[in-house]
This record gives sequence, structure tokens and C-alpha cells, in this order.
Amino acid sequence: MSASRLTKGGRIDRSRKVTFSWDGKTFEGFAGDTLASALMASGEQVLGRSFKYHRPRGIMSAGVEESGAIVTLGKGDRVEPNAKATMQELFDGLSASGQNAWPNVRCDVGAVLGLFGRFFSAGFYYKTFMGLPPFEWGRGTGIWMQYEKLIRKAAGMGEASREADPDSYDHVHAFCDMLVVGSGPAGLNAALTAAQQGKDVILVEQDFELGGDLLNQSDPAVETQRAELIDALQSAGVRIMTRTTTFGLYDYGTAGLLERVTDHVTAPSQDAPRQRFWTVRAGATVLATGALERTIAFTNNDRPGVMTAAAARTYLNRYGVLPGQNIVLCTNNDSAYVSASELAAAGAKVTVVDLRTDVGADQLGAMQTAGVAVKTGLVPLKALGGKTVSGVQLAREAGTGWAAAETLSCDLLLVSGGWSPVVNLLSHRGAKPAWDADLACFLPASCSENVVMAGSATGHWQAADCAASGIAAAKVAMGEDAQTPTLGGWDTPIKPVYEVRLPGSKTKSFVDPQHDVTCDDVRLAHQEGFVSVEHLKRYTTLGMATDQGKMGNVIGLALMAEAMGKDIPAVGTTRFRPPYTPIAIGALAGRNVGTHFKVMRRTPLHDWNLRHGATMTDAGLWHRPWYFARKGETINDAYIREATTVRETLGICDVSSLGKIAVQGPDASEFLNRVYTNAFAKLAVGKARYGIMLRDDGMVMDDGTTWRLSENDFLMTTTTTGAGRVMVFLEELLQTRWPDLKVHICSVSDQWAGVSIAGPQTRDVIAACMEDPDTVSADNLPFMGVKKIRLKGGIDGLIARISFSGELAYEIYVPSDYGEPMMDLLWSETEPRGGCLYGLEALGALRIEKGHVTGAELDGRVTIDDAGLGKMASTKKSFIGSTLRQRPELLREDRPQLVGIFPKDRSQTFNGGALLCKHGDNIGFGEGWVTACTHSPALGHWIGLGYIAGGHEAWQGKSVTATDPVRQGDVEVEIVSPHMFDPKGERMHG
Amino acid sequence: MIRIPCPFCGTRDHSEFSYGGDGSIQYPALDAPVQDWHDAVFQRENICGVQTETWQHVNGCRMWLLVDRDTMTHEIHDVRPAHPGMAKVLGVTS
Ligand SMILES: [Zn+2]
Repeated sequence: MSASRLTKGGRIDRSRKVTFSWDGKTFEGFAGDTLASALMASGEQVLGRSFKYHRPRGIMSAGVEESGAIVTLGKGDRVEPNAKATMQELFDGLSASGQNAWPNVRCDVGAVLGLFGRFFSAGFYYKTFMGLPPFEWGRGTGIWMQYEKLIRKAAGMGEASREADPDSYDHVHAFCDMLVVGSGPAGLNAALTAAQQGKDVILVEQDFELGGDLLNQSDPAVETQRAELIDALQSAGVRIMTRTTTFGLYDYGTAGLLERVTDHVTAPSQDAPRQRFWTVRAGATVLATGALERTIAFTNNDRPGVMTAAAARTYLNRYGVLPGQNIVLCTNNDSAYVSASELAAAGAKVTVVDLRTDVGADQLGAMQTAGVAVKTGLVPLKALGGKTVSGVQLAREAGTGWAAAETLSCDLLLVSGGWSPVVNLLSHRGAKPAWDADLACFLPASCSENVVMAGSATGHWQAADCAASGIAAAKVAMGEDAQTPTLGGWDTPIKPVYEVRLPGSKTKSFVDPQHDVTCDDVRLAHQEGFVSVEHLKRYTTLGMATDQGKMGNVIGLALMAEAMGKDIPAVGTTRFRPPYTPIAIGALAGRNVGTHFKVMRRTPLHDWNLRHGATMTDAGLWHRPWYFARKGETINDAYIREATTVRETLGICDVSSLGKIAVQGPDASEFLNRVYTNAFAKLAVGKARYGIMLRDDGMVMDDGTTWRLSENDFLMTTTTTGAGRVMVFLEELLQTRWPDLKVHICSVSDQWAGVSIAGPQTRDVIAACMEDPDTVSADNLPFMGVKKIRLKGGIDGLIARISFSGELAYEIYVPSDYGEPMMDLLWSETEPRGGCLYGLEALGALRIEKGHVTGAELDGRVTIDDAGLGKMASTKKSFIGSTLRQRPELLREDRPQLVGIFPKDRSQTFNGGALLCKHGDNIGFGEGWVTACTHSPALGHWIGLGYIAGGHEAWQGKSVTATDPVRQGDVEVEIVSPHMFDPKGERMHG
Repeated sequence: MIRIPCPFCGTRDHSEFSYGGDGSIQYPALDAPVQDWHDAVFQRENICGVQTETWQHVNGCRMWLLVDRDTMTHEIHDVRPAHPGMAKVLGVTS
């Protein structure tokens, strides 16, 4: 291939030179070029090395179907591997390089692998590494682990950056009456038809210019027509999106779009995202996605210099590049003839080789006028030449096979094996394309949704028919009747040919060049028993490369059909999946990266906690104080000091993240009585009660206290992480099961700032903060009492005397905005007494000492009896879960039950998650497991909570092994009562 | 992506909703026999075709809805409030 830039013609702007680099060298192109057209014009021919065999590869097409010119774009943290040079718009400063080659694509040491090709045939990896002889089942994986690194280095794609992506990506949502995909003659006319009827239309084009195949024409009248159409679209208010790929179609007219905002810009604005991920909901969708030219499989059909016929026309008419001087054009259909005459007119010597012998006289006359030689009844058998093509050996039909014929020299071998409508998007909707034997292609099936296809995507080969079919499609999508032109449009019918080879020969003719899948691979798969195309695809990886087999899939199906002795329709086709072309993971993530990766909830006391030295941790979506380290303290020092201080003086802990639900109405107490296991109907006003809720299946769902503020007004608290789940369940009950109950519920979690204050001196501190200190006297506020209070400074709130730590303790809630003044007030009385702030780690230590359960124990597999709370399940009433908790399996005495755990040697520690096993029997699941562990300041040694079969009763006085083979090994532990500290609860009643 | 026409909010993406379960289940009384509860909680048809489901518009009006959805095509035939009183007010009882 000796390509050259023409001095005139094409859509490039020769007054705007563009400088770019390829493999470290500087090149020049023009504005309007793609990377491929600029490299072609510069004489570069080998642009890639193939996946398995490291064969040299060049430009095979001019679009998304590209399977040869696969390159790496950008540098450093902006590197993007496996990009198609044919799709990358050229811009100043663009940096691109070849991939999968060392030292470079032109001279690749790995090409020696090509000599060992027979080792890399279909299923090579499966056979070698997945347990066929000589390896036994299961051993293959280990061998794979050993060889993986070597193989991945030799066979593979480009390398991604390991650095963080510096670019930003946006998610955008849009709505429209009609979405039109593709801007060729069909798409432009469909969009205009709808817009002129007042529809809100979005027109999407993956290219940087509108026009589709109109851009590849030499006739100036076509350009005039294109410009007029675009003007009309703009006046009609069509929203036009170029550089945007419709990568997937989903239910209800939803489409996924990827807009490339700055991928063609030298110095993008700091404010612009690199790409935008659009979700468009369209009332109707017209797919004018065009058709892609197929190749034919013959020996060395992947040589640089072998290209589709239409691509040559694109390079000539759009980019002003004559891709070869001595061109052989092999075809089996009419579409290639116009390319031939235009290439000849541009100065090339062109020979057309047509498989058909019945080519029309008009066609032949036109070729004669254009100076193009035509040879009929011939097909390409083998591309000649080393790194680039130097000629082609032809073949002619002989019986049912082929016989070698003459050889022609050439520097560019163009191939047209027919056209494949782009039915991918409709296939996303589950509509199976149907094989049309006359046109030798898959045509879109009808779709029950309002998605209509148009243009060459429906098998119209002439521009005028495409335009008419676009108008018709828009009308159909708007619910009108419309007449569609007849399909096809060639004078002489296509003569299908998929593979050319001599009988019995073994050759390298490629079906899927990007994944190095050959015709022999397809036959081998069939020999080995693969009969379904979906299996064929996975076994050979045909069509699984980044181009999804856009050029070669049909050949693969034809070969499979031939091997099975069936027709193509009987073999069928694989279902296409989104995305149509690859999209960056960054675009899917959008702005949900870094600190925005997930929702973060902060309590109203967040800043106050940070100012007072909190180290934060995640609790569900919430950020909560973990510990408040003083100078020089480790986390262990801090939590042990905090827990000790709570037991000795007092401490304050932010509990604002607890779920809070206002339950109000005349039937509120009846409602609570049904959802909690224990009695709530007779809870007195001004009292709180600890309650447990079960699920329908009898397992524990959540726990918390509920406060009766007045006759019909309750405040329910839930666990931090259970709040959402509880709210949803309560709403479900009220709306779907018990609509007769007059109850209103409302989440007030964010409305209240809450603290727990615990320790022997708590009452003194709170009294000192009250306008009326008597409010919290032991008589006025007994254990489990609830009161409305007024703090100094006029801060109104609620107080409840409840304890999670086992100490004398209160929870105080004030409106969120008063959280900080409340904390200032409480802290001003706490700090002088030697009290502390404490976080989740100390809270954990305190509750483990008391044997109080949290999410670690209530993990959804636990009954109320398992958790040792069976006495809280009323026997006098029914409640949610009361029936199914009586299932025999849930009543077995050997179920795992909550216990406390001490290390036998008190100086030892053990881990959460360790399995509890009988001595000498630490294989399998064991008898139980450790849910939580801590150093106990009160007891002076390590303690834990966990579950063990039969519970404390079965294991009293016995020791077991806490086994943790991955981290720590075995520790001998004793099973004790979960109530490890102050079992009678005397401290909190003080 | 499914789009669900919420009777209160209009048509919204399904990401605003959360799936509940089989909307045809009549939950028994709290004191009903264990067999009734077993069937209501654990027995489910695996319908190929239109089934009635409960969905909650959890990131919208928080109403529980009954949705008749085709499990093969995702086509939604009907959406109405699960609360019979609400359905009555909207005139969409079924
Ligand atoms: Zn709603």
C-alpha cells in the first residue's frame, strides 16, 4: 500500500495543519482527519500487532468495525488502550502508539509466536489449563496461575494506566418525543419529518460530522443536499448530538448515550467533563444505524493493505487520501463499483475482480470508461507479501470448491463481501434478526416496542431509498401509515461467498482478526462438538473482542452452518449486548467517585466531634466518631481510657445516627403492639420501653427503644443501619396489610441531634445543664422515664433515662440546629469533672461487657431466643413473626445461642469471626462463631460475644478452641454467660 | 430500565422504586395457623407472564403500589396504590 495525500478534494481543511505523535515520532495531518487517515496519508502501514500471533495489522476499515488499527491513545494517567484509530478525530498534540508489540509494531519479536500458531488454536487455554490430560481436573488452575503472567504478556491487548483517572465524567438525563440514532440520509430525514410535525427530537451521531455515508460522496450536489437538511433540522429545533454513541437500548424507550466532550480537544477547559453519559427516555426511537461492509476469509486476509472497498472510498472522498496506487478490488456485489471508478479517477490503476459472471452491461461500460479492468468469476485466495500486501492469488469456482487461478500484483487489496445492517441496538431489545437470503444479510426483526429501523440498517442500498425509508420510519414511529421502498437496490444480485480455500489446506484466514480467530478455529470447534453459536462464540472467542465481530461474525456463522450442513438461518446468530462500542468505566461511574463513591451521612454534631478530636469511622452510610485520641494515644489506648472513664465518671457519645420514627395517631399503640414482640399497648405516657421487632419469618429484624410522648404520640428509635429497613416495613404494613389502622409515621432521624450520656456522675452533669435541675432527679425521672426538658439557654428537647452501657445513662435529643449549643453546654459541665467524649469503639467495649446485642449479633439468621432475649416475646398476644418463630427448626435446643467468651489464658486475645470448635476438631463450620471482641477495662482482660450450639447451658465450664487459621491460629477459650459485667444491672438503676 | 407510572408522581425510572414482592399474597391474621403463614411467606409462583407485584416509590412519594408487570417483557399493564382507601379515592380499585 503506497497511500498519498491528494492536493485537493475531501472534507479536510488543508489550511489547518495538525501535529500529532505516533510511537514517539511527530507527524502532521489536517483538521478533519482521523488518526487513521492521517497515518495512512503519512505512509504508515503497520499500526498494530495481533492478539495471539503478533501478526502485523493495518487499517482495515474507516469506522467502528475496525479490527486492525487498534492503538493506545494518550500518555501517563490519561492512557486509553484498544482504541480504534479509525474513530479518533485528529487534534493538535494527540499522542498515540502501537500496542501488543516489542520493541514496536513494525518489528515485533513476539511475531515468532506466529510460527507456533497450531498451539494457539481454539480452546487452547481451556485444553491446556482446565484439566484435560495430562492434568487432572482441578490441577489446571494451579498451572494456569504459573503460566498466566507469561501468557498475558505475550498475548493481550494494550495496557491501561494504573494511576487514578484525572478526568471527570458527567451523568445527564434527557427526555424527548423521538430519538433518532444515525445521521445518514435515513436518520436526517427521519429527524426532520418528526421535528416538522412539532415533535421534540434528539438526533445522535457517533461521528464528529453529520451525514453518515453522505460524507463519503464525491458529488458536490450531495454536499448541498446534506447542508440543506442540516439547516432544516436546526430551524426545526432538533437537538443534535455529534461525537455521541448510542451504546445500548433498554426498556421503555430508554437509551444509553456516550458523548465524547473533550477527547478531540488539545487543551480542554477545566470545567468540561471528558465524557457525558446520557440516559435518554424517548417516546419513540428510530434506528438509522447504517450497514457495515463485510470482508471475505482467505489466506492472509489480515495483511496490512487489505481493506474494505467502501473504506477506500471514504479515505479518498472524505479525507483526500488515495490509499493505493495499484489496486485490486475483489467483490461479489454491485456496491464496490463506484469505489473502483472514483479511485481510478483519482489516478490509481484499478482492477475489479468480481465473483459474479453476470455483471450488467451498464456496470461494465462504466468501468471501461473509467479505465478500470474487470475480471469476473474470480475470488481472492491468498494475499501475497510479507508485512504489507504485494499481490493477490485468485481462485475460480471448481465444482463445489475452488481452484487456484492467476496472480495479480497490487499494493492495495480491497474486498467487499457484502453488507451487514447494524441491527445491534434492536438486538439489545431481544428482537432476533432474520437472515435474508436474497440480500445475504441479517435484517432487523420487528419489535413490539416503539423502535423502528430505517435506511441501510433495514437493507436499503441506495441513498434515495434510505431517505424515503427514514421518512417512513418516522411516520410509523408517530403512529401513522407509511410506505417503505422495496429492499435492496443492486442491478445484479449479490453472490454470497464467505471463505475461499483450496480443499484440505490449512491456512491462516481470519474471521475475527482482533481476537485472531481463524476459519480453522471455527471448524475445530465444530469437530469438538460445539453446535450452538453461543457456545461457538465463547469457545473460540469469535466476536468477543472490542469490535464485537462487526466485520467477521457473519463469516463465522456461515462456516458453522457449512460445517453442520445447515443454512445460516438454522444456525442463527448470537444476541448482541450493550455497549455497541466500548465505553470508559469512568463514564459509568460519573461523579460517583472518591468521597462521592457512596452517600455519606453526617450527624448534626459532625463538625463539633471533629473539633474535639474525633477520628471517624463508617457505620452504614453514616460517619460516626470512632474514638477521641489524646496526644500520643493509639486507638487501643483511647477506647480503653474512654470506656474506663464512662464506668468511673461519665462520657458523652453522639447517637444522632440512630433511626427515629414518629409514630402518631389513635391506633399508634395498637400498631406498636403488633410490630414489637413485647407489650406496648399499656406503655404509660412518659415511659420508654426496649422493644424487638421480628420479620414475618420469625427472625429478629431490629431493636430499639420507643418513647410514649403523649397518648397518641410515640418516638421510635431503631439501630443506625436498620432505620431505612424498619421504616419501609412499617409503611408496607400500614399501606398494604393494615390500612384500617389510623396511624401516621414519619422519619425524624435528621430532625433530632442526640447524645447518650453515661456514667455515675451523669445526673449531676445533666442537672447542672437544666433550667430546672429537679427535672432529672431520681424521683422525677426514674429508670425508663421520658420527659420534655428545657436546657439552659432555652434549648427545648427530650430526655429518656435509658442505658446501653449498663451505667446510669440518659439520651438527650434536641432539634438538629441546637446540637452544637447542647454539646457546648454538656461538655462545659463534663470536662471539669474528668468526663470524656467516647466513640463507637468504647461503646462497643461497654456493650460487649454487658452482653447487649447489635447488628453483629442480629445478622438476620437469629431468632429472639438465639439472642437470649426470648423472655421479651410475649405469649399473651400475636405480633409480626409470632407464628413462624414457632417453627420446630427454630425451637431446637442445639441452635447456636448467644454466649460470652473469655480466653482460657486471660492474657491472650482472639479475633472476631473466629470459629468455635471442639478441641481437636477444628475442621468444618465448628460449633459456633465469635461475633465481637474487645478488651474489657472492667474485667481487665480480653472478652467476646458469639454464638455456640446449645448456648451457655451446654458449654458451661467447658472450654473450646477459637480457630482462625488465616490470621491467628487457635486460642483456647471458655464459654461464659453473655452478661459478663454487672449481671444484675445494679449500676444503671443507681 | 423499567419506567413505572406512579399514580401520585407520574412516570419515573425504576431506580426510584424498590421491589417489594408478590402482590397477590394475602397475609393471614397474626394468630393464623403456622401453615397459613408458611404459605404466605415462603410459597411463591415463578410466573412467566403478567404478575402482580408490590413496589414502593421509596425515593418519591413512599407509597406502596400494586404493579401488574410482564416478567418476560417488563411491560407494565397497571399501577395502583396498594392502600385500598387511596385506590378508592383515585378511582382505580381493582
Ligand atoms: Zn410516587
